Amino acid sequence: MGALTDLTIAEARDGLAAKQFSAREMTEAYIAAMAAARPLNAFLVETPERALVMAAASDARIARGAALPMEGMPLAIKDLFCTEGVLTTAGSRILERFMPPYESTVTAKLWQAGAVMLGKVNMDEFAMGSSTVTCAHGPVESPWRRPGDNRPLVPGGSSGGSAAAVAARAAIAATGTDTGGSIRQPASFCGIVGLKPTYGRCSRWGIVAFASSLDQAGPMTRSVRDAAIMLKAMAGHDPKDSTSAPQPVPDFEAALTGDIRGLRIGIPREYRLDGMPGEIEALWQRGIEWIKDAGAKPVEISLKLTKYALPAYYIIAPAEASSNLARYDGVRFGLRVPGQSLDEMYENTRAAGFGAEVRRRILIGTYVLSAGYYDAYYLKAQRLRTLIARDFAAAFERCDALLTPTAPSAAFAIGEKQDDPIAMYLNDVFTVPVNLAGLPGLSVPAGLSRDGLPLGLQVIGRAFDEATVLRVGGIIERAAAFTAKPAFPAGGG
Amino acid sequence: MALDKATVARIAILARIKLPRSEQEHLARELSAILGWIEQLAEVDTAGVEPMSSVVAMRLPMREDEVTDGDCRDKILANAPAAAHGFFTVPKVVE
Repeated sequence: MGALTDLTIAEARDGLAAKQFSAREMTEAYIAAMAAARPLNAFLVETPERALVMAAASDARIARGAALPMEGMPLAIKDLFCTEGVLTTAGSRILERFMPPYESTVTAKLWQAGAVMLGKVNMDEFAMGSSTVTCAHGPVESPWRRPGDNRPLVPGGSSGGSAAAVAARAAIAATGTDTGGSIRQPASFCGIVGLKPTYGRCSRWGIVAFASSLDQAGPMTRSVRDAAIMLKAMAGHDPKDSTSAPQPVPDFEAALTGDIRGLRIGIPREYRLDGMPGEIEALWQRGIEWIKDAGAKPVEISLKLTKYALPAYYIIAPAEASSNLARYDGVRFGLRVPGQSLDEMYENTRAAGFGAEVRRRILIGTYVLSAGYYDAYYLKAQRLRTLIARDFAAAFERCDALLTPTAPSAAFAIGEKQDDPIAMYLNDVFTVPVNLAGLPGLSVPAGLSRDGLPLGLQVIGRAFDEATVLRVGGIIERAAAFTAKPAFPAGGG
Repeated sequence: MALDKATVARIAILARIKLPRSEQEHLARELSAILGWIEQLAEVDTAGVEPMSSVVAMRLPMREDEVTDGDCRDKILANAPAAAHGFFTVPKVVE
């Protein structure tokens, strides 16, 4: 057996059941790995004492034969999830001292399933970004490097701390959130698996809100099976979130039959972008061959409004964000910067508390919602959203899942694309339409770029059909046999 | 549509974000570029299409009108930047 920190959740579950090691030993190995990974700036808060207490409880349950589904699994938690008594900043100065008096539903469910909390991980401020560079606490570095090039790369974003921690073997898995690609794009950049569930599958209660009609929590793991195991623990109806779906949660792991014979897999022709790197196109073609070899049938389909999804998203998401972030007023929680009047106090607080990208999006959102522009921008974007969702619905009449690239490129260097917001937004061109339609999307590592960096393929499914998405993802994973490891920690820890 | 400095200043006031004069021009340029890019939506005919505010195809659930939470004043106030006598405090708003 190799290092404990190299095991997947499924392997660790077997090892714990067979008493090859204890939950305490595994947690200690991860606490050491988390400390060794500090140069990546992935963890904002480490909670080793809490982790050891939770691991001891896991060992006690294992000893009496009452192991839970996520028993003893040391997790990194994106700093967007409120964790009772543990600092939760959403990567923002405006929440730099916020200590939630409650626990988010998703994290509470993970602890109830036996998981162990290692700490909170860094992210783009309020989840607004695709690089994990726009954090109040400094950028996160990807554990990956281009061979022979020591420039630090971005881990993707906004769940960049989650992806970096999992890829660097500093957590067995992590929670992420995905509003326009924030789970799938960093998973693709860091060579891990990331699943954005159907909107409504996981409760949003206790997750700091960005764009409420798009936000969804999901697992970030090192295997498709692990994503299935972890999603089951996170999902389920929650009366505290009125948009949480009263749907039964299937056994996603049981769906990984390895058999996709007869499935029709849609290949959207509009995802072939002008100027897309040849290696992305080649990877996609390999993916199509893999599913064919496994007995599924690729079907060319059209999602003709694909190019309008991003601009529609950049109306809807900032509009919702400008409303959601109105709560940071220096009164009830967070930063306060004094002023002569109440209004000046608000203005000073929000100017000092929000970073450049968050300010930009609040201003865009305020503008598109303001009198005289609401119809032209906001309603127009919502109508586009209806049409985009209809395009997907029509596609799913002809196929069972869709296969696309996750992102139009591999990871870029820290500092690149920072001066051009639109170039940064284009990272999410393949992921955003899925959020607008509320569908599940999975990124699976499928190969390396010419520069030796991970590239992912995305499987998109029908609403509440994560089971098929995971089943197809499992085929991609097996065919791709992605075994490359990041440069950090040197020598694989 | 190109935003001018005066419009940027106005939306900054609506959003309650202090914006130094020196940043207005830069931000006007940046926001104009984003809005210009967004305007390609005009190419799509959306006449008669229902706007989608949520992908969840259900009515918001109703529940009994009863107290399910509360009695946690001190926990809530613990995060307030300023509190006194069990209340949030703000700068004086009444002369």
